[in-house]
Amino acid sequence: MAKNKIIVVGGGLSGLMATLKICEAGGEVDLFSYCPVKRSHSLCAQGGINACMDTKGEHDSIYEHFDDTVYGGDFLADQLAVKGMVEAAPKLIKMFDRMGVPFTRTPEGVLDLRNFGGQKNKRTCFAGSTTGQQLLYALDEQVRRWEVKGGVTKYEFWEFVKIFKDKNGVCRGIIAQSMNSMEIKAFKADVVILATGGPGQVFGRCTASTICNGSAVSAVYQQGAKIANPEFIQIHPTAIPGSDKNRLMSEACRGEGGRVWVYRDGKPWYFLEDMYPAYGNLVPRDVASRAIFKVCVHMDLGINHDRRVYLDLSHIPADYLERKLGGIIEIYTEFVGKDPRKVPMEIFPSVHYSMGGIYVDRKHFTNIPGLMASGECDHQYHGANRLGANSLLSAAYSGTVSGPEAVKWAKENVSKLCEITDAEIEAARKEVQDEYDKIRQMNGPENAHKLHQEMGEIMYEYVSIERDNNGLDICLGKLKEILKRWENIGVTDHGNWANQEAMFVRQLRNMIIYAMAITKSARSRDESRGAHAKIMLDENGKRIEKDGELQFYPRNDEKFMFTSVVSFDAATEEPVVTYEEFEHSLIKARPRNYAVAKKE
Amino acid sequence: MAEQKKTVKFIIERQDSPTSKPYTQEFEIPYRPALNVVASLMEIQKNPVTTDGKKVAPVVWECNCLEKVCGACMMVINGRARQACCALIDELEQPIRLQPARTFPVIRDLLIDRSVMFESLKRVQAWVEVDGSWEVKDAPIQNPYTATTAYEISHCMTCGCCLEACPNVGPQSDFIGASPSVQAYLFNLHPLGKFDKEKRLEALMGKGGITSCGNSQNCVEVCPKNIKLTTYLAQLNRDVNKHALKNIFNK
Repeated sequence: MAKNKIIVVGGGLSGLMATLKICEAGGEVDLFSYCPVKRSHSLCAQGGINACMDTKGEHDSIYEHFDDTVYGGDFLADQLAVKGMVEAAPKLIKMFDRMGVPFTRTPEGVLDLRNFGGQKNKRTCFAGSTTGQQLLYALDEQVRRWEVKGGVTKYEFWEFVKIFKDKNGVCRGIIAQSMNSMEIKAFKADVVILATGGPGQVFGRCTASTICNGSAVSAVYQQGAKIANPEFIQIHPTAIPGSDKNRLMSEACRGEGGRVWVYRDGKPWYFLEDMYPAYGNLVPRDVASRAIFKVCVHMDLGINHDRRVYLDLSHIPADYLERKLGGIIEIYTEFVGKDPRKVPMEIFPSVHYSMGGIYVDRKHFTNIPGLMASGECDHQYHGANRLGANSLLSAAYSGTVSGPEAVKWAKENVSKLCEITDAEIEAARKEVQDEYDKIRQMNGPENAHKLHQEMGEIMYEYVSIERDNNGLDICLGKLKEILKRWENIGVTDHGNWANQEAMFVRQLRNMIIYAMAITKSARSRDESRGAHAKIMLDENGKRIEKDGELQFYPRNDEKFMFTSVVSFDAATEEPVVTYEEFEHSLIKARPRNYAVAKKE
Repeated sequence: MAEQKKTVKFIIERQDSPTSKPYTQEFEIPYRPALNVVASLMEIQKNPVTTDGKKVAPVVWECNCLEKVCGACMMVINGRARQACCALIDELEQPIRLQPARTFPVIRDLLIDRSVMFESLKRVQAWVEVDGSWEVKDAPIQNPYTATTAYEISHCMTCGCCLEACPNVGPQSDFIGASPSVQAYLFNLHPLGKFDKEKRLEALMGKGGITSCGNSQNCVEVCPKNIKLTTYLAQLNRDVNKHALKNIFNK
């Protein structure tokens, strides 16, 4: 019997994990990536990966990891999905260890653990401060092994453009384009798994790589795949602001004892420790980012009245820092030119991660049969806010689910699928070809990269740490204008060899459309939950303040403890938001307050 | 009098296709603090006009992470192979000369084809032969000192600086280069990986293997991750020799 052919798009942690699992289950993989998979963005993850190893005498439990994740996610994560993930975590760590990940070890040679945000127990396994790089490499190596054995064919420097469907609406393959020869080709598959990562570039400057543009997600969204919870964008509290990108300074800094402060009345004010005595500097990211934003923007206490606060490691012994945080200390020293071992770092929050993404069930199927999504590009596991070091976990874990499920689905369903003719496939290919040819001839006055920058600035202004309905309405209007202006882009590269400009123009349109989904979904959710914090307006549209404090909508479980589900209206090109139930019966929702110890 | 605006000057070696002839173009962009080479190329994308006013296709290059972890943006900057993202303008002499790393086939402009490095990783079997991704039992405890060495080597991002700088990598020799060779050493350190140590040493005994290393020590000078490449190459060389001797005696 012929092997089942699965296409995996994206070679980060999730895509590679899925690929391995498919090969082990007897399937065959065509692996698409627009960079060599070893250069995927998973390698930027720094601080670690959570798993209840309980090797620090703290009586940590899988249940505690489960509860921390659900509570940290402000009760919007599917609890059965989270339960599966936290239960699998220790096994995954052992697998990575066997594969050769150079985890940091204790003097007796077992895996060391560190503290991380939103968790009271040491639960984070790590390889210095380059954990993502090390995990990615381990899977890259194992996939290369399968490449040699014959289970995997890599298509690196090929860009996914679209899926194609049969007349029953089942996904039957993808249209992809070589980034060098610019050839556009159709590839058939029994199942397609998207593992294409997050949409950070929608915000312009962020901690994400330049390749994290969400373009693939937006493409399938425009082809009928639903998006879920896109309004939940994680803003990481500690990044080095930069004009090309904001470089992440891992939460591990605080996990290893780093303190956040600013001067107030001439003295250091450790405001996180002051505001949240129970968790201090290790409050979850949404909480820390809002606090830093408030201190800088509303209280004007930032360094030199600028949007900066101190992240201080200088009290920690230098050799300890070198061993535990060497990688990021090098980044700071290299890019800022100051030594964090000696002086406090200057940081500010930055867009970092998307909790939302393609709407999937617990097996990672989308609403389009034959299409799956896995990793940051799906909406699962994190609810309204992701805990630090849970992303490497969800990326790897989701691949262990989506891979085997893809093979299973293929075995059960492929024989039942209708015929798809070469003419049908060619028609889908031709559509992409025509669109690309048109882009290559675009001759208007707008520059795509400038337009991208403008969009990022708008998104930061209206859809980041603090939101209000006025701003979101303005933002939607501006995005519509930007979408119109996209038509007036001019390219200077009309050639047909390694034309990065034309590819970027195509991605940009997808980014704009995804930005609209984020914004509309944020507009529709009149509550504050996790990373989505919305300020109330009075009848004149003015922000409501009480005793000098902005008034945020409270969390509203009755109305909004539902998954936001966004579909694309092809006629208007606008997002349509509805709400759906999800599984939250295992842990009853309770108020989330990091000023006091967690109650269960 | 208005202060003259500070700018940054670039001379960029361009090439339209793998077979066409290289040519140079000059660009000038506004200076800003903390600017690096990738950010400068991004500025050129926003306004792809040369200093003599010609509107041209934007420069093509490869980059992803911009924080020196992914290895993508390696190019030759003022004569030295390095990552462009952490090449800060303030530390470079102007005009800044950008060239592709010609040890590798040029695809276009600064974009090169480094697939040969990934092929070499296959040759040296740079992986651990785990039975599968399923659970078997506890992973073995590891000596933390050995693990520290492994961690250092495992930072290698396959960027290719060490190949570009090596006088023995290129058309004149078939040396696979420091980076893939040292990966063999990495996996020989691992408690499970070392089971296949001999296979990796065999792979390095053949054509283009460790004997092609001329010990010029350029690699360790340019490694952006400060991996002690020459130290590990020397140890590998010793291991390979030992293994070769063993082969002779076992014959």
